[in-house]
Amino acid sequence: MTSTSHATVYVPRDSAARSVGADEVARALQQASERGDFALDVVRNGSRGMLWLEPLVEVATPQGRIGYGPVAPEDVDELLAAGMLDGADHPLRLGVVDELPWLARQNRVTFARVGVTDPLSTEDYEAHGGLAGLRAALELAPADVVAEVTASGLRGRGGAGFPAGIKWKTVLDCADELKFVCCNADEGDSGTFADRMVMEGDPFMLIEGMTIAAHAVGASEGYLYIRSEYPDAIATMRQAIGIAREHGWLGRNILGSALDFDLHVRVGAGAYICGEETSMLESLEGKRGMVRAKPPIPAIEGLFGKPTVVNNVLTLATVPVVLAEGAQAYQRLGVERSRGTQVFQLGGNIAHGGIVETAFGITLRELIEEYGGGTHSGRPIRTAQVGGPLGAYLPESMFDLPMDYEAFAAAGAMVGHGGVVVFDDTVDMAAQARFAMEFCAEESCGKCTPCRVGAVRGVEVIDKIVAGTHRDENLALLEDLCDLMTEGSLCAMGGLTPLPVRSALTHFPDDFLGGRRLLEIHPVRATEGTA
Amino acid sequence: MTEGEAIMTTSGSDVTVESVVRRAVARHRGERGPLLPVLHALQAELGHVPQEAVPVLAEELNLSRADVHGVVTFYHDFRREPAGRTTVRICRAEACQALGADQLVRYASESGLRLGETTPDGSVTVEQVFCLGNCALGPSVEADGRLYGRVGPARLGAILNGTVSS
Repeated sequence: MTSTSHATVYVPRDSAARSVGADEVARALQQASERGDFALDVVRNGSRGMLWLEPLVEVATPQGRIGYGPVAPEDVDELLAAGMLDGADHPLRLGVVDELPWLARQNRVTFARVGVTDPLSTEDYEAHGGLAGLRAALELAPADVVAEVTASGLRGRGGAGFPAGIKWKTVLDCADELKFVCCNADEGDSGTFADRMVMEGDPFMLIEGMTIAAHAVGASEGYLYIRSEYPDAIATMRQAIGIAREHGWLGRNILGSALDFDLHVRVGAGAYICGEETSMLESLEGKRGMVRAKPPIPAIEGLFGKPTVVNNVLTLATVPVVLAEGAQAYQRLGVERSRGTQVFQLGGNIAHGGIVETAFGITLRELIEEYGGGTHSGRPIRTAQVGGPLGAYLPESMFDLPMDYEAFAAAGAMVGHGGVVVFDDTVDMAAQARFAMEFCAEESCGKCTPCRVGAVRGVEVIDKIVAGTHRDENLALLEDLCDLMTEGSLCAMGGLTPLPVRSALTHFPDDFLGGRRLLEIHPVRATEGTA
Repeated sequence: MTEGEAIMTTSGSDVTVESVVRRAVARHRGERGPLLPVLHALQAELGHVPQEAVPVLAEELNLSRADVHGVVTFYHDFRREPAGRTTVRICRAEACQALGADQLVRYASESGLRLGETTPDGSVTVEQVFCLGNCALGPSVEADGRLYGRVGPARLGAILNGTVSS
């Protein structure tokens, strides 16, 4: 039963996988190896993003990587005895991972390496196409790199969807000696975890993207602002930056070229608003993370008043493949003005949650029902919130909307960062609307009154509506308040908080007006983790 | 330890807040806009950012005391008082709400652990957090820097009691 050769076994080091026992599974495998019972090496890869299968253990075989999952630590001995190292049959055996339908029908561009490689192995990185984008970029003049990014149609993946190439051109055209590239890794939106998975699962890709941006705009320093809630991402990026410096991928004369660029990790301190680009810049400068009025735009007056590229993790992580394979290859994917792929993140009450990278244009229903497999609780779906806590709550009747920036905007919603959070029929939508206001009140930077005061008033008014106090007057007041916050706020925090509130009220009025008898909330069927 | 007392015990030796601050500043002085990295370093060493650190930081970094105070109080991470020996953070963001995060908050509060408070014996501080990036495996809880997924009341109880060893 013992495998004759030395087997390579993959166990993710991604924090979601670790949250359900991946470290313990890796340890059990290691112990079997140390006891001399089985000859195996454990590689800690990133996650494939099939999070309901975590911990997903893969074994390299001549047929390909065979997956087993979800594996509990106590399953390990039995799996090994059953011949897992040779890819043998077992109730937890999933087959060749690359061929699993959930994964095989995706179009992984940005996430092509995530879950496949050892995140901190430079050999693995180069063997799987790493550095090809940077090498291609260094052959080009900066303006040509910018032109390539513009031609690809790549839009900022942080939520606003501004074309990356146009932003870069503005920075390139500034004459300043000192310019910065800042990566916004303050992924604070509930339901979004793709940035975290990139940083933990393929950190060199982000470093490569930032280095290409530096070459394109003439920047010499980069900052990666990571939220403190992501300690694993912080540790992995710091390690990866150190390794990159040792290999001449950062520092002076990168890859033997004339490019000098160095990169620093900065850790946030628990403020949602610092995901807003100007707040993030203030925070990087060592100040309270309060939003700046625009103009001036950060491309012209950004960090410490200097021209600054500010992009999201996924945007910068996608740049290497655009340069490696050319703008046309990327541009061919997608629909209308939403080009390339989007990394959708399925979370909340969903059976099969995780990362679905596919070209724009897929519908919400395909994502939730076909990929997601319905709710985790097994109860009917009632709503999905798309685009983070400032995104709209959509009823099932709107699930056939195609996922693209313009179609969503036309329907009064937003794609945002591609997060999809599913709720079953036990959800109380008045409570969700109230929470949106409560969250805004808690996390507002306080600079502008509509956001700072409006959110507090919003909680009060919703409470009155639900209690039936002067209901018509208070509904009118809530409308008025939402208008004022939308029109009068400095940034998206106050400006978009009305979106979840209004969508809840529009699509689920009964929850506010006492017309729906609330179901006994929970318990869901939730299988508790085993770690 | 009473507030205002300037002697802290770290790693077995008595050091003043002032000396800890000056050392942290020295380590980060070469960085651009070093206040946040310095505050993180202080909190890592002392467990919180004591009031008496503020004037020293202001002097060292050539900022006003009001500026430093403003930054310390703006960010949720920086504590003015030490936390309990264990800090448990329950995610209350939407994805975890969809799977019963509020039930966990209720459970904690019924056990006498209210959000934002430390137990009188100083053992546990329970806090809320908005998103730990584990949105497909909620409800999520973090305890002393370790992330747990699919946490129901029973598992939260085990975490709070320190019986989840793995």
